[in-house]
Amino acid sequence: MSVYLLCLVLFCVGLYCILRKRNVIKIIVGVVIAEYAVNLFLALVAYRFEGRAPIFSPDQKILNMVDALPQALVLTAIVISLATTALLVGIAMRIYEKYGTFDITKIKELKG
Amino acid sequence: MNPASQLIPLFVVIPLSGAFLIALMGKKLKWLPDFTGTFLTLVLFILSLVAIKPTDLYHTLVYSVGAWKPPIGISLVQDGLTVLMLVVVNLVVFCIALYSINYMERFTSKWKFYTLFFLMLAGMNGVIVTGDLFNLYVFLEIASVASFALVAFGTERHELEAAFKYAVMSSVGSLFVLLGIAMLYGYTGTLNMADMSVVLVHKGEGKLIAMISVFFIMGFGLKAALVPFHSWLPDAHPSAPAPISAMLSGVLIKALGVYTLCRIFFNVIGITPAILSVFMFMGALSMVVGVFLAIGQWDMKRLLAYHSISQIGYVILGIGLGTPLGILGGLFHLFNHSVFKSLLFLNSGAVEYSTGTRDLQEMGGLSQKMPVTSGTSLIASMSIAGVPPFNGFWSKLLIIIAAVQAGRYGYAFWAVLASILTLASFMKVMKYAFYGSLREKWASVIEVPVFMKLAMVILAFFCVAGGLLLVPSVQGVFLQQAQAVLVEGLQYGSRALGVIGSG
Repeated sequence: MSVYLLCLVLFCVGLYCILRKRNVIKIIVGVVIAEYAVNLFLALVAYRFEGRAPIFSPDQKILNMVDALPQALVLTAIVISLATTALLVGIAMRIYEKYGTFDITKIKELKG
Repeated sequence: MNPASQLIPLFVVIPLSGAFLIALMGKKLKWLPDFTGTFLTLVLFILSLVAIKPTDLYHTLVYSVGAWKPPIGISLVQDGLTVLMLVVVNLVVFCIALYSINYMERFTSKWKFYTLFFLMLAGMNGVIVTGDLFNLYVFLEIASVASFALVAFGTERHELEAAFKYAVMSSVGSLFVLLGIAMLYGYTGTLNMADMSVVLVHKGEGKLIAMISVFFIMGFGLKAALVPFHSWLPDAHPSAPAPISAMLSGVLIKALGVYTLCRIFFNVIGITPAILSVFMFMGALSMVVGVFLAIGQWDMKRLLAYHSISQIGYVILGIGLGTPLGILGGLFHLFNHSVFKSLLFLNSGAVEYSTGTRDLQEMGGLSQKMPVTSGTSLIASMSIAGVPPFNGFWSKLLIIIAAVQAGRYGYAFWAVLASILTLASFMKVMKYAFYGSLREKWASVIEVPVFMKLAMVILAFFCVAGGLLLVPSVQGVFLQQAQAVLVEGLQYGSRALGVIGSG
């Protein structure tokens, strides 16, 4: 149970970082932390207590195997988050070129 | 497997191969991006029209990717709702591809634009046809990432700022969706949407389902720009190049937001009165807040973007009423909105193309110089404001009648009020941009090139003729098929699985 709570805490750290930080790079780090928390949650969903690796062999019974599917999902989710992060960092670099700052309180020309 | 179902994967395969082809060779062969862009989107539009007939005959068609039998493999499902969305998306995208031939000449790397354009289209079509929840997330992200890049396409100050805001908020929305999917998988032990709905019927309502519903409303509501989650839209949509604004406002928020909300809540989780009232409340709120924010805008594209929020509110309100008539009205308005809002964004792009400004106060009298643009813009404005006999009138009428029939007089009142305010704000657009006396500095303005005109005229035709979709014989094969999918609700599961059982 405590693992799930820690996972939730990690997610909240990410969200806090996105909502409260003023630096563009820190916001991106916040997104990444929140993504890790969700990936961790997916892996936890698959976990079975005292489980073993899901490899089937003739002399073993199918007992307590961890679920292999979410692990494949996590791999996909990581690839997607890599694409998002790369794009975010690319945009952040361009923002720095144009505005000369990473502070989002100074980057707000769009209003209304 | 039904031979007609062999066509379903093409909706994803064609745009993906288009993106690949253009990325590979578009830089060398200058004619390739334009040609592939128009040709492939035309093929997709025809395919989506072809798909109407078998869906009418067989109701639900299923394609198993890699011949893995569901619920193990990924399945692609085609039913009435899917076909409606496919027609909407591919029609609008075809017109936009036509328009881009001339419009995108101003940007240096046209092939990059088309690559991202096709990736976004692949993502949207994928979201619509997939029958697997995680696959839906993957396509959702493909479409979103492509749209972040397209919003930032101009790489100027405002574009970058809007793209960053959009990317961060949209990523957070996607995270909530993924969290919901993980919980739903943990609860049901399957990812196939049909199988999931069958399992959920057996397991019954739990507290976990309420939490998952909240996550999905947050995630997909953010993609659909419903009011508490709307703040990215008025920045992101105006910043993109005009064809992309049309695509984002016209179809992306519907494919990624409204369609997914409908599919998951009606067909997978099962709709409850509580969720319906949340839909209605958020719909009405978006409707009113969007239009009030729109009315004070002077930037033409920003004004249109706020109207998107407002019109999406109508769609969600109609669907949230939960009665068959309300759902019909909501889906019809979804079709209509994608047509006239894309047209309006294309008009604003045409004005910007000729004059170089988006500020309504600087325009004036352009109808003398740009008759096609101002004519189509008038048609689209009348449609969005709900003036008979244009298409927007019929769908708004259906929604309001449905609200009165359901006894929701308050929501009906707000719908009428928002419609009047919409009319007011579009009168402002027409007056300041196209009518009045021509300004000195616009004396040399000329009408836009031929492909841009053609795209606008096609969309204007659909605005005028859209009301014909309600004619009973047409309605029976197209709109009512989509309505039936939502009204039947959880039967989706047994249908999509039952088709597989029978062969």
